[in-house]
Amino acid sequence: MALAFDEFGRPFIILREQDQKTRLRGIDAQKANIAAGKAVARILRSSLGPKGMDKMLQGPDGDVTITNDGATILEQMDKTRLRGIDAQKANIAAGKAVARILRSSLGPKGMDKMLQGPDGDVTITNDGATILEQMDVDNQIAKLMVELSRSQDYEIGDGTTGVVVMAGALLEQAERQLDRGIHPIRVAEGYEMASRVAVEHLERISQKFEFDVNNYEPLVQTCMTTLSSKIVNRCKRSLAEIAVKAVLAVADLERRDVNLDLIKVEGKVGGNLEDTELIYGILVDKDMSHPQMPKQIEDAHIAILTCPFEPPKPKTKHKVDIDTVEKFETLRKQEQQYFDEMVQKCKDVGATLVICQWGFDDEANHLLMHRNLPAVRWVGGVELELIAIATGGRIVPRFQELTPEKLGKAGMVREKSFGTTKERMLYIEHCANSKAVTIFIRGGNKMMIEETKRSIHDALCVARNLIRNKSIVYGGGAAEIACSLAVDAAADKYPGVEQYAIRAFAEALDSVPMALAENSGLQPIETLSAVKSQQLKENIPFYGIDCNDVGTNDMREQNVFETLIGKQQQILLATQVVKMILKIDDVISNSEY
Amino acid sequence: MPIDKIFKDDASEEKGERARMASFIGAMAVADLVKSTLGPKGMDKILQSTGRGHSVTVTNDGATILKSLHIDNPAAKVLVDISKVQDDEVGDGTTSVVVLAGELLREAEKLVTSKIHPMTIIAGYRMAAECAREALLKRVIDNKENAEKFRSDLMKIAMTTLCSKILSQDKEHFAEMAVDAVFRLKGSTNLEAIQIIKKPGGSLRDSFLDEGFILDKKIGIGQPKRIENAKILVANTAMDTDKVKIYGARVRVDSMTKVAEIEGAEKEKMKDKVKKILGHGINCFVNRQLIYNFPEELFADAGVLAIEHADFEGIERLGLVTGGEIASTFDNPESVKLGHCKLIEEIMIGEDKLIHFSGVAMGQACSIVLRGASHHVLDEAERSLHDALCVLSQTVNDSRVLLGGGWPEMVMAKEVDELARKTAGKKSHAIEAFSRALVAIPTTIADNAGLDSAELVAQLRAEHHNEGCNAGIDVISGAVGDMEERGIYEAFKVKQAVLLSATEAAEMILRVDEIITCAPRRREDRM
Repeated sequence: MALAFDEFGRPFIILREQDQKTRLRGIDAQKANIAAGKAVARILRSSLGPKGMDKMLQGPDGDVTITNDGATILEQMDKTRLRGIDAQKANIAAGKAVARILRSSLGPKGMDKMLQGPDGDVTITNDGATILEQMDVDNQIAKLMVELSRSQDYEIGDGTTGVVVMAGALLEQAERQLDRGIHPIRVAEGYEMASRVAVEHLERISQKFEFDVNNYEPLVQTCMTTLSSKIVNRCKRSLAEIAVKAVLAVADLERRDVNLDLIKVEGKVGGNLEDTELIYGILVDKDMSHPQMPKQIEDAHIAILTCPFEPPKPKTKHKVDIDTVEKFETLRKQEQQYFDEMVQKCKDVGATLVICQWGFDDEANHLLMHRNLPAVRWVGGVELELIAIATGGRIVPRFQELTPEKLGKAGMVREKSFGTTKERMLYIEHCANSKAVTIFIRGGNKMMIEETKRSIHDALCVARNLIRNKSIVYGGGAAEIACSLAVDAAADKYPGVEQYAIRAFAEALDSVPMALAENSGLQPIETLSAVKSQQLKENIPFYGIDCNDVGTNDMREQNVFETLIGKQQQILLATQVVKMILKIDDVISNSEY
Repeated sequence: MPIDKIFKDDASEEKGERARMASFIGAMAVADLVKSTLGPKGMDKILQSTGRGHSVTVTNDGATILKSLHIDNPAAKVLVDISKVQDDEVGDGTTSVVVLAGELLREAEKLVTSKIHPMTIIAGYRMAAECAREALLKRVIDNKENAEKFRSDLMKIAMTTLCSKILSQDKEHFAEMAVDAVFRLKGSTNLEAIQIIKKPGGSLRDSFLDEGFILDKKIGIGQPKRIENAKILVANTAMDTDKVKIYGARVRVDSMTKVAEIEGAEKEKMKDKVKKILGHGINCFVNRQLIYNFPEELFADAGVLAIEHADFEGIERLGLVTGGEIASTFDNPESVKLGHCKLIEEIMIGEDKLIHFSGVAMGQACSIVLRGASHHVLDEAERSLHDALCVLSQTVNDSRVLLGGGWPEMVMAKEVDELARKTAGKKSHAIEAFSRALVAIPTTIADNAGLDSAELVAQLRAEHHNEGCNAGIDVISGAVGDMEERGIYEAFKVKQAVLLSATEAAEMILRVDEIITCAPRRREDRM
């Protein structure tokens, strides 16, 4: 059997004649066995010792293992192999290919990508993490890059494109060093030193930002820098303000922490982007359970229930046998009483609105309506929790445990309808504890809403990072250029081959401003060298690429800021991944599946 | 060293110019598809579904056409999506929005080939769209204060909307109906309250609006066919066998007599329930769920009209019109609000019997009965009427109106052109292109009517050179005319939505420089 590929890259299997079975005997057999043993030993040979290289293995399901451990390698090993410099070159090429896809999305004039998912759904986005996630890559190294951008997304939330572009540039430089004959481990070590220098330098050039709840202008400016690269940049000012207000509303300024889970981002197709609003409360995509219940409740006392308005369903298996008429009658009575009690219980504690995770029986529904107790059914668990947080109520799992203290309070609950279809949403506003807010996005179409959600998420993350750490660096490539200069200067101090790797790192840092200039339609090399010399001459790290054609290179004047931790994380993560890729000298992929 | 495949086997990747071309072509193909349906003389399309029965739809409605298409091109999907949103938001202009977006992209393609960067085009389009909106805002007419004039505005809008549809022959008749229906809603946009009943037979002209409420149900046998001063209980309750809802309950007996006893008890229970219902002092009972023969008989005995199986919307509407509440328990007759109406009778439309509630207490809902030659005609008539109702209900809330017949496009084009002249830099090309795209709409309308579009649009442009001109294309007479005199009006909200979402979609597609198509998900069951 053999596996081959046709001209479209689809695999098919060739079955060969099975009759020619060979036999090895005597010295030939021994030699063959010895050769096989030697071959295995040879594979592991390069992994020996503290500077041993790693092997990359791709399992039958495409899962990737990178290891240095002999047992693991041998266990997973079979099928196709790429070795030594070939493996490294192939890996670098794959990493670069991924970075190249994202390169044109960088910066305020970056372009979007259109992605068609496996089910034909369309996503249009500019967000690096989203692009990579939806691309559904197959290559092992490409998967590492996807991981890289994802971890930047989790950790910082912004700069997901930048980190991949940075890693791509580092790989490109590494390739050159390999061609010169420098050992990959030395390159990796050089990068490590350089990244340390760069991160320290960033710390030095960073500036503290003073803001408080009343003076949040600096925060807005930083968020605007993030939003300016997205399609929503048409109204970046208002969106940035919404994001900052939302973060400030839920922020714990004492502890310098923000729980972004408290900010709900809801989207509804229709209207304009300009109609996007911040609601100091919760928005639930549900309506009242009975069409004739009041649509507006002032000063609501909310009972938040996780038990259905239905007869109880005990967990233990049981049977109620009806064998006489009397039993039938009592059961019926009990049932009615049960509904009645449930509703009465809610009424007794003073609730004026019931929010329930489960459904209602028709009878219960009418009883609620009858007793003038508006109710909402089938509210999701996450929303329920948010409502509980916002209104200061407690989630009650049983009717018996309902007490007046457990009710949540909200100043205003109203139902609002949209467009010409029967779509309604429930606004819960003026809550007792306004620690939960909702950003309600409107937009022309579904893709727009999705992209706006992602952009808002980025902006929220930036605002959160600033609250955690007030330091900022200047954007527009200014920070990268400053680092590049610092790293270049530091290179000369290191004796040995690493010096070259450190210089290569400095060059890789230049690639981010270069990509920015390229995407903005400027002459990349010319612009970069001009800015670089300006920085060096005046020793001011604020000069960056003038992407918007404003006429000045001074990023302070343009108000282009990025967070310090975001930038540091970018450099560290990119270096880490590149080091990992460089350490691989053997790619063993199991292609037969 | 060749780069390994990064993507999975069946995935494809298109870059740069090729990606842009692919999306331009896809979007333009969709726009061209619906282009011929634009305007009062636009043609219809026949859609045949691939599902069972190969059902056929004949329509002129852009959203309906696009919804039924199976499209693979991602950019085309964006256009389908905006048309769908337009339908949901304002109800009309679903074709215009796609055509405008297509024209914007067509113009953008020309600019891209003459080496203008897409970002520059987007910047220009944004400025142009803003300027166009301002131009419209300056020229809107708002007659909210003057009720009589406002009504006539609405009439004109309805007629303009309807004139491109199958109902154009009787547009006055239908416009009247639509306006009446919308006024009854009193500002709410919940079109559910307007029931449209389709009955084949007769001609479109026989369609009528009923002040009361018509329920497409039959009256039970042996029950009164006509009730005056009806007291109605609207209910949602099980009237078959009332199930025991306590979990795990089951009937287990050891002899036949016991079965009979329990059956008797069940019957007794139902009787009780009916008695309780009758205790409300009603003479009409409408239930959402089934009513079995036994309780039905009991109701007939009591001389109460019982209607079963009214669907949920029917129940809700009935609650709205009669002012009754939807009840599910019947223990407190004194506190249940009953619905009232002057007369319930059975009426015949065509061959079918319907129940007619007239003289209702609260007139928030109404019924429109559509008559027509075939199901296809009726379906299309319903869609057209729906469009008109949507537009009207939106206009009631936002009462600004504009003239129609290509007038708004020309006004916008003129302002945008002026902006282009004032703007320095490459952006001005894009702004100019925007104005050309706007003019393409009246051109298409004229083309579809078989008129000399070049001549007409040139005339129109000349007319619009004068300040405060009301000229537009009158397709019926085939000449440029005063739109105000001919009473061709459109809602501002529709036009604004068309302008903004078309620009947004074009911008979105322009920004794309790479298309990555994932490998289609393998479906096991296809093998």
